[in-house]
Amino acid sequence: MAPNGTAIVAEGLRKEYKQTRALEGFDLTVPEGSICGLLGPNGAGKTTAVRILSTLLEFDGGQAEVAGFDVVRQAAQVRYRIGVTGQSAAVDEILTGRQNLEMFGRLYHLGAAEARRRADALLERFGLADTGGKSVKHYSGGMRRRLDLAASLIMAPQVLFLDEPTTGLDPRGRIEVWEAIRSLVAGGTTVLLTTQYLEEADRLADRIVVLDRGRMIAEGSPERLKSTIGGDQLDLVVADAAELAEAARIIARVCGAEPGTRPDTREITAPVRHRVATLTEAVRALDEAGIAVEDIALRRPTLDEVFLRLTGHRAEAADHRGDHRGDHRTEKETAV
Amino acid sequence: MTTTTTTPAAPPQPIPAAPLSRVRWMISDSWTITRRYLIHWVREPSYVVWGLMYPMVSVLLFGYVFGSAMAVPGGGDYREFLLPGLFGMTMMFGIGNTMMGVTADADKGITDRFRAMPMARSGVVVGRSAADMINSVMDLVILIVCGLIVGWRAHGTIGETLAAVGLLLLLRFAFIWVGIYLGLLAKNAEQAGNFYALLFPLTMISNAFVAPEMMPGWLGAVAAWNPLSSTVAATRELFGNPGLGGDSWIAQNAMPMAVVWPVVIVAVFAPLAARRYRRARR
Repeated sequence: MAPNGTAIVAEGLRKEYKQTRALEGFDLTVPEGSICGLLGPNGAGKTTAVRILSTLLEFDGGQAEVAGFDVVRQAAQVRYRIGVTGQSAAVDEILTGRQNLEMFGRLYHLGAAEARRRADALLERFGLADTGGKSVKHYSGGMRRRLDLAASLIMAPQVLFLDEPTTGLDPRGRIEVWEAIRSLVAGGTTVLLTTQYLEEADRLADRIVVLDRGRMIAEGSPERLKSTIGGDQLDLVVADAAELAEAARIIARVCGAEPGTRPDTREITAPVRHRVATLTEAVRALDEAGIAVEDIALRRPTLDEVFLRLTGHRAEAADHRGDHRGDHRTEKETAV
Repeated sequence: MTTTTTTPAAPPQPIPAAPLSRVRWMISDSWTITRRYLIHWVREPSYVVWGLMYPMVSVLLFGYVFGSAMAVPGGGDYREFLLPGLFGMTMMFGIGNTMMGVTADADKGITDRFRAMPMARSGVVVGRSAADMINSVMDLVILIVCGLIVGWRAHGTIGETLAAVGLLLLLRFAFIWVGIYLGLLAKNAEQAGNFYALLFPLTMISNAFVAPEMMPGWLGAVAAWNPLSSTVAATRELFGNPGLGGDSWIAQNAMPMAVVWPVVIVAVFAPLAARRYRRARR
């Protein structure tokens, strides 16, 4: 069923739990050597999909092949060719980093010397060589995840499943893990990544599959998703908060759409159809009305906004919002 | 971090089809898992020490604090009566170790990592139970030494004494499977703790500390049919310790039942645990 050059093929996957339908006819094709990001809110079915594809979960319908083998009938073959990193660092706390990797190596039926050699090479590669002799309980969150990632790579898998690999990490830990993931793909590994962080999918994935309520609702490159579904955005900040309402009325007329306003930051955001023409007209109209503008810019929508438009609800939990807001700003600066 | 692949893809191992190589796999995987726990004990000896404190403290607590107020049916020294009960109880309480360990692994995703590896399916549970058995032997040795210090003696032949030790370990082995099953069933450590808390009354309602004949009728019957009671009664007989008796069928057949009970428990819980392990929790 899988054509050459395809690492993951899923057709019509269905999975029902007692009360909920986790997946309802989920299809997925991931080419070899690419990073596919599965994006969706909690409960969208991302983890269910990954658990099925990594042979961990029985399912109710459909079929799936990973690295050319059927995940049900040839589960053992699949298991030799995949690495799985779940939502928590699945490593032994008491063992040292090296002992963990050696143990997992032995469970892949490597000889003692070979398991040790690979453990040392992986510790080196993930910047854990100095701490390889310490108990994992003394590791930071980022170090644990890197060790966890290293454990998934003992057999240099063809396909790597990463289920929310940076959830719960601080920004530094997250960047460490991102770097590790990028270096893997440079080595030719296919990655299926699930995430709630739109920023993460944006930065890592070649292709994004958006899941909502057990179904794929959109797919494409991050850029394509943003441009086909989102359209460009006009962002502006007025100098005087008192003029916000007046400015919003002008923008509504110019853009032909109701803009979003944020009184706390004096921001106005509106979708635009004709990029430069609209921008020019907006500047002129605001100038005629005597409204001072502190900042004005055109930008591509964030995946946040794309997601909101696709699903009609927000993708993220409230505690993540801060990160993305910071990200808006960087994007805006570079977009002008 | 380098972008070069430091671990070139190994040719995937052939999946063994011959029963003999499957057995070899199973043994090798189990040993790897057992070693994991042996390393735990070496790295964190405090776990082992605390684990061994428990039986020592119970000898003092039950032997001296409660002991003075308890009577042995048919007469005899209470500590002589007590020690086989404590041996049995310690074997039952070992279930806590098993359960907590299994729950923690499942909770942290380690179980899933094992399940996503091409290892022998039974490796994890067999390795775990082997480690638990080694731990139990240590528990039992300490307990026997403590017993000898407070005046308990095995009066039987060497063969009978070894048979009694064997029956105790058999009970422990049976309850490992209960522990693995409950550990996989528990959603988190708290729930595993709740299961464990239930175990305490279950061990008390037995002949370990008090003869069932001295309890109210229905409770005495429950106590008599407790699997722990059969093991304890059988070991008392083999050690030549006091406290034998009871006219009920179950009390009269303690020796065979000390074998039958564990076998039944394994027959029920080992398949349940294996099935639970194969299936996903979430």
